[in-house]
Formats: sequence, structure tokens, C-alpha cells
Amino acid sequence: MTGAEMVTWVNIGLLTMLCLSAAAILLVRHLFAVAALTGAFSLLSAGLLVALDAVDVAFTEAAVGAGISTVLMLGTLALTSRSEKIAPTFSPVAFVVVLVTGGALIYGTSDMPAFGDPNAPALQHVVPTYIEGSESDIAVPNIVTAVLASFRGYDTLGEVAVIFTAGIGVMFLLGLRREDEDDEGTVRRHRSRRDASAKKDGDAA
Amino acid sequence: MRHHLVLRVVSKILIPFILVFALYVQFHGDFGPGGGFQAGVLFASAFILYALVYGVEHAREVLPLKALRVLVPAGLLIYALTGFAGILLGGKFLDYDVLAATPTAGQHIGILVIEFGVGTTVAAVMVSIFYAYAGRTQDVDEEDW
Repeated sequence: MTGAEMVTWVNIGLLTMLCLSAAAILLVRHLFAVAALTGAFSLLSAGLLVALDAVDVAFTEAAVGAGISTVLMLGTLALTSRSEKIAPTFSPVAFVVVLVTGGALIYGTSDMPAFGDPNAPALQHVVPTYIEGSESDIAVPNIVTAVLASFRGYDTLGEVAVIFTAGIGVMFLLGLRREDEDDEGTVRRHRSRRDASAKKDGDAA
Repeated sequence: MRHHLVLRVVSKILIPFILVFALYVQFHGDFGPGGGFQAGVLFASAFILYALVYGVEHAREVLPLKALRVLVPAGLLIYALTGFAGILLGGKFLDYDVLAATPTAGQHIGILVIEFGVGTTVAAVMVSIFYAYAGRTQDVDEEDW
């Protein structure tokens, strides 16, 4: 078996498992299992990205998708119920919308350049400058880092600002309670519970 | 999770390695895969693992909210100030060429510093979000899982 054939089989295997886990996420009603399955889905996507030689993206997908997201999903699960409510009845309008959108997307792929085609329009504009520049101007072996941190430094600054904003937003919405900062666990837990119920009473009034 | 002996022992062994690996990914990002984003998430995951196994209260003693409140904006500020340093040294905003004697050395310093800023903000935000979720969670009985 040649290397290219092996990559094809690995891709087929990964995509099959990806489809199976997606179907399982749709069908399973037990949310703890769904959270675990989304983690598996992210890990499989990371594997697929490694097969596509996008190691940096795979790394992020594994760390954020399979790691942090799963933890946050489980954290959300602890706040809500353990099993999904029974889904609403079949809606023909939604079904048609999904079919048309999916069909349009699949039709759109027929116009796309072949995978890895060096003459693809996306690789014509600034990409040659970046590839040459990351060696001559920046002298960094990892082109992804050179593009991310230097050529596209403005964009990355914006991305960090987005993460900063997201963090601030979560802190405002969920709140990092100030009284949690002092003394010990037991006292604090009782007090914060009492605060929460007092707040609820206040809202009701 | 007070009685999960295996989890406690294994996580205690793993956490230092996770932290060192995060630092490797952080500062080796211009040579291998990785960079500030991935390193920040890895670094945060070590603290989240600690909080999951030993309890959020103990994690808050290691990395208190006060520190997070400083670290979240600090990373973004490090990044933005590196940009302004370029202006002050006679270049353009986020122009790393002027940060050192030669342009490539300047680029290396600039990338290292801004990646450090990215890692700081990402790690601090991830831990803050986890604290925000965990702070609202009632203790779950072992049987419920």
C-alpha cells in the first residue's frame, strides 16, 4: 500500500467515525453521553486536520474542542438536567430549508479548486509573499506562526481582544462572586447560597 | 472527588508535565506547531484539571481571582504595547523590525513577546470562564453522574 493510499483510508476511517459520532449526538438523549461524544467528535476532527497537514489547527482543535469545550459542556450539564427534552414534532419548513442549504453547499463545492492545487485563487494573492517572507524577512521556520504573529499581527491582536471581550462577557453574565475571594470553603458556600436565595427573593419582590 | 485515589495521584503526576509542555508550546511556537493560543489553553487545562480533582476552592488558592483580574487584560496590553513600542522606536504599529539591531532579530523578539501576551490572556480567560461555571455549580452527588 502506498503512502497516498494509506492517507485515503485513514481519511475514510476518520470521516466515517465522524459521521457516526455526529449521528449519535443527534440520537442520544442522555446529555452526559452527548457531552462525551462532542469531545470525541473534536478529537476525530483534530485527527483529520493532522491528516491534512494542518498541525497547528489540529492542535487548537484538540486543546479547545476536545479539552476546554468538553469541560465547559460538563460544567453546564451540572447546572441543568441530565437528559434532553423530547424534540418537537417534525417541521416540513425546517426540513426544506436544511435540504436547500445543504444542496447549495454541496453544489458550491463542485466549483472549488482541487485540494492542494497550487494555482487555486486563494494561494495566488499574498501567499507567495508570506512563504518567501517568512524565511527571508522573519526567519521563522513555522510559516503559520510567521503569518499569525507578524504578517497578520493586526488580526491576531483583534482575536486576542475578542477572547478578552468573551472573558469579560462571561464574567458579567455568570459573575465571579466577590465574596468568594475571602476565607474558607464551608462558610463561603453557605453564605453564597443564602445570598443567591436572598437575591431570588428580591427579584420576586 | 475526595475518594478517587487513582485520579488524584495521576493528576498530581501529570500537572507539572502539562505546565512544562504548555511552556514548550508557548516558547517553541515559531519552530514547531503551537503558539500562544494553544499554550494558553494547555496552561489553563492544568489548572482546570487541578480544580476538577481537588476542588475549585483549592484551585482558587493557587490562582486567585485577583490574579486573574490582572492577567486577563495584561496579555492584551502586552500585545498592544508591543505595537506602540514599534511606533516609539521609529517604525509602524506592530512593526517588529525596529525592536532589535537587525530586522530578523526584532521579528523574533516581537513574535515571542506578543505570543506571550496571547498566551497570558487566553490562559487567564479560560480559567476565569471555568471558575464562573464552577462557581455556580452545586455539588453533584457521585450517584447522579
